[in-house]
Amino acid sequence: MNAPDVGKIVGTTKAPRVDHVLIAEMVEAGSRVLDVGCGDGELLQLLTERKGVDGRGVELQRDKVNACVARGLSVIQGDADRDLDNYPDQAFDYAVLSLTIQATRQPKTVLENLLRIGRRAIVSFPNFGHWQVRTKLLLTGRMPINDNLPDQWYLTPNAHLCTIRDFADLCELVHADVEQAVAFNAYGARLPIKWSLSMQNLFGEKAVFLLHGAARSSGST
Amino acid sequence: MTAAPPNFVASVPRRHSEVHTPTSPVARFDAGAPLRLACQQDLAPFSIAYETYGALNSEKSNAVLICHALTADQYVASPHPITGKPGWWDNMVGSGKPIDTDRFYVICSNVLGGCMGSTGPASIDPKTNAPYGLNFPLITLGDMVEAQARLIDYLGIDQLFAVIGGSMGGMQVLEWASRFKDRVFAAVPIATAAWHSSQNIAFHEVGRQAVMADPEWKGGNYYAAGTVPKNGLAVARMAAHITYLSEEALHRKFGRNLQDRSEKTFSFSADFQVESYLRHQGSTFVDRFDANSYLYITRALDYFDLRENAGGVLANAFRGTKTRFCVVSFTSDWLYPTRESRTIVQALNAVAANVSFVEIESDKGHDAFLLDEPTFSATIRGFLNAAAVKRGLGAAKEAGR
Repeated sequence: MNAPDVGKIVGTTKAPRVDHVLIAEMVEAGSRVLDVGCGDGELLQLLTERKGVDGRGVELQRDKVNACVARGLSVIQGDADRDLDNYPDQAFDYAVLSLTIQATRQPKTVLENLLRIGRRAIVSFPNFGHWQVRTKLLLTGRMPINDNLPDQWYLTPNAHLCTIRDFADLCELVHADVEQAVAFNAYGARLPIKWSLSMQNLFGEKAVFLLHGAARSSGST
Repeated sequence: MTAAPPNFVASVPRRHSEVHTPTSPVARFDAGAPLRLACQQDLAPFSIAYETYGALNSEKSNAVLICHALTADQYVASPHPITGKPGWWDNMVGSGKPIDTDRFYVICSNVLGGCMGSTGPASIDPKTNAPYGLNFPLITLGDMVEAQARLIDYLGIDQLFAVIGGSMGGMQVLEWASRFKDRVFAAVPIATAAWHSSQNIAFHEVGRQAVMADPEWKGGNYYAAGTVPKNGLAVARMAAHITYLSEEALHRKFGRNLQDRSEKTFSFSADFQVESYLRHQGSTFVDRFDANSYLYITRALDYFDLRENAGGVLANAFRGTKTRFCVVSFTSDWLYPTRESRTIVQALNAVAANVSFVEIESDKGHDAFLLDEPTFSATIRGFLNAAAVKRGLGAAKEAGR
């Protein structure tokens, strides 16, 4: 049997992920951060060490939650789709959703919740508009598989893949102001900010958006 | 206090001596400082029997209070004076263990209403100089916690580093965190719920009725009669014990295996191993526990609903909390299932509390919290270590187990 290469581990070196490093730059020191889909707590650990944040996490997989709590992080076993409703408005300075939104059942509701819970939201996601994805689909007629999208379509947790353009549209739809949008190419280098959205969408393999709810920005500080 | 009149001591001497003169230290609160109970009665004098392990640091910032479950007691990490068995959480509390007595000053007290030295229905009523029996006022988990708080005052401790407990102990943890927000730095409610469900109450009622149906119970005044409602209490324990296990655990342990025989006997003797096991659980229990204490404590559990003093909204019970919480549940616990813990977590999230929540995979049922579950131990150890650093108690020594 030709087993799909689903177990491929990406980036096992100690160096932090490029999108995590960017998020650590975006976040103000000493702020309160909620990391939704925090995995093994890598980002929370980085933010705690580099920025002294008061960090909390939500993670679906039980073993990852156990590992986080055992290493002293405040993490709950929960689900971005189900467990964000309970948090009060503006409970955190930042609500982070790192490479997770594409795996949620209701991305729009999740994004609205992030914008409500955090004074700012930071969302990163794999860009389905990347040129390699487009050419793979165009030339082979099959769902693309790469380091960023490692699973076969029937095994992937991703339910709602989108492009950078799609995500920008969603931000507009939920009245979120984009403070900063950064795309990374396949080598982990940041694309020039000056590039147009179309160019970012073509050459960005993943993107990080820093947002705030437009409705609130005028009223509060 | 004078010794109990001899006729009360005659039938089960060891158990009775632990009621009146426990092996552990006792804090006595005299008539001048009554405890106002939820039922609006004043209880005075009263005693709280307790054990401590480790040493209190000079800042008095390393105290950990462990709250025990329904039928446990203060002997959390030392041999039980009646059964001689190791402490009920010996695997969790001790030198180098997750609740490390080399670092923490661990306190565990027998609950109000108990029968191991804290004032309860088997204690002497100073008005009559005979055991209270059913004259003992109905108590609540809140009352138990208020009594514990008196003990913590008595020990000269302002803020507890952590309050930890499973099952009914977890409910006391929640009461502590709700009533004394500034006195609890970290809270670990395990395998518990914020109120008793209808099913929980139903099981307890079966147990109570079994005790009361025993003619030896004598309307609760069996002390004077020199009898013990052994059969009723044993049945209550047998029924309750089933709720502490899971179907898988029972099946794995016993299946349909026969006890010391190769054929069914076509009688009502304990043919099956599971019957023999439950009968053993029942008969050993009556040797160490007072039947009226069982009635009073199960009643206190049934009355427990943290929403009641919070305007019906659980989150209000925690509003303004700065405590760090670690809520733990077990997958196969059907007595206080994970969804009950999730309800607590949601309420804590609603007030933006600092909360961790871990569901531990185990097929051992509710009792899993008492057993050696490595993931559970690692969770408690990790959470306490991180909290200790935040509290300025320093990081744990590397070695450990």
